[in-house]
Amino acid sequence: MGGARPLHPGRWLGVPALFCVLATIAFAAPIRIYGLQLPEPVFAMVPAFAWALIRPSILAPFALLLLGLFLDMFWGGPTGLWGLSLLVAYATALTGRNMMTGQSRPMMWAWFGGVTAVAMAAGFLFSMLDSLAMPSLLAVFWQFLVTALLFPFAHRLIDRFEDADVRFR
Amino acid sequence: MPFREGPLGDLKVPLTWTAAVALIVAIVIAVAFLLADRRETLQQQAYGVTRQTVDTVSKPVSGVIAAPGRWTGLGVDFISSYFFTASENRRLKAELKEMRGYRDQYLAEVDKNQSYRTLLGLRTDPPIPMVAARVVSDTRGPFANTRLADAGAEKGVVVGNPVMNERGLVGRVVGVAHGASRVLLLTDIASRTPVMIDRTNARAILTGDGGPNPKLEYLRGVDPIKEGDRVVTSGDGGVVPRGLPVGAAVKGLDGRWRVVLFADDSAIDYVRILLFKDFSQLADQKALLTRSLPPVTTEDPDVSILGPAATAKPQAQTGAATPSAAPAKPAAPTTSTPPPPAAKPATTPAPKPAAPKPTAGQPTGGGI
Repeated sequence: MGGARPLHPGRWLGVPALFCVLATIAFAAPIRIYGLQLPEPVFAMVPAFAWALIRPSILAPFALLLLGLFLDMFWGGPTGLWGLSLLVAYATALTGRNMMTGQSRPMMWAWFGGVTAVAMAAGFLFSMLDSLAMPSLLAVFWQFLVTALLFPFAHRLIDRFEDADVRFR
Repeated sequence: MPFREGPLGDLKVPLTWTAAVALIVAIVIAVAFLLADRRETLQQQAYGVTRQTVDTVSKPVSGVIAAPGRWTGLGVDFISSYFFTASENRRLKAELKEMRGYRDQYLAEVDKNQSYRTLLGLRTDPPIPMVAARVVSDTRGPFANTRLADAGAEKGVVVGNPVMNERGLVGRVVGVAHGASRVLLLTDIASRTPVMIDRTNARAILTGDGGPNPKLEYLRGVDPIKEGDRVVTSGDGGVVPRGLPVGAAVKGLDGRWRVVLFADDSAIDYVRILLFKDFSQLADQKALLTRSLPPVTTEDPDVSILGPAATAKPQAQTGAATPSAAPAKPAAPTTSTPPPPAAKPATTPAPKPAAPKPTAGQPTGGGI
């Protein structure tokens, strides 16, 4: 193999997933300053988008499933809701991967916003089916907005690992 | 021996296709999880061991993470109180002046209320035991609105217990683990709470949708609500006790009636979990068991309990202009005495009409 060492899954899957878990726990702190609460972005959307762009992988969907299950357990939502929504987002990004690679940063941000919107729409639909009630569109939009602002982290993750594995250059 | 150096090391599979297959398998698993989920039933069985374990682990972790935030909040409060002491003092003095009037009114009302209770012989509900808990994590998303409180099964908390803060109802417990309990907020999409409008007693169901102001659904009656009406729990269904403050009614931008929750007026750092299960808990079970019931007697068909004089009376009164003071009873047969049955049947008295039968020319209602 020589110098062509394959990228270890722990580095590009494990570490970002761990950061997502920690960030989610940190943002769930019941802090309220001057009546304002912390926002609640879906940090797992960052790897859902970035992992699809870095390279197709067998492990990534299962890592996302685990992340989604953690979100459901930690947030107290229906089990499988975020797992499924994140996988829908991952599938969307994987499908449009050829169109996205090599695009400018603002364009990639727009793509990230689009993939996030797909995930939120999926979450909205699955919640409706599960609870037989319609979630507040304003609340969904607010979470979409704060999640879309996480693109710089996704960009950094893609930059860091896009060329890390010589077999995928 | 590493896999790549083995005999299968040169095996090439199209990565995109295998990734797609992995994706489909993961989606199938997620769908299975979602279909098997019974969160919306809000029952103890639906809250599995996995969720209990996650809550038990989350409690200390979230507690440690939340601590700096809590200290920061306390620090900000301290600094604010230091800089705004004079203005706060003025405000408090004005509030105290206003409250003195309310206090006098309150004492007068308490006295009057006590007199009414004595007159009516009204029995009030006994106080409900409660447990204080601190909130360690807080979920505010559109699809789940829950909080994790640091009191659990060891303090007697069970699924279904209502949760309040110092202002009003927060939600109810949907999952209990050792040392932690999961509180479903009134704003959660799965939350349904029977409430009533304090002014009109009109009933409604408070329905969460993930936003800050839950909706009032199934409102009945003509003009049952207006802006600013106080909404309290109705106690219907026995899920929560009656009369817990919930919020104030407002008309939403979508034209629906919504509720601004009183509990949102302050930070939900500390909550009180009411150890309330259902209304049977409020009754004195011991007193119910030892209560002496009247003896069960059956009427002897040979001897009318009305007697000969009593049987003649209703007939004489039939067609009278003035109604009888006692409710009219069905007229006993006077033509002939039925032959005594061979065996005495265990009969129950015939149902009596609730109100006197109206006679001709007699007003039947209180109308004009």
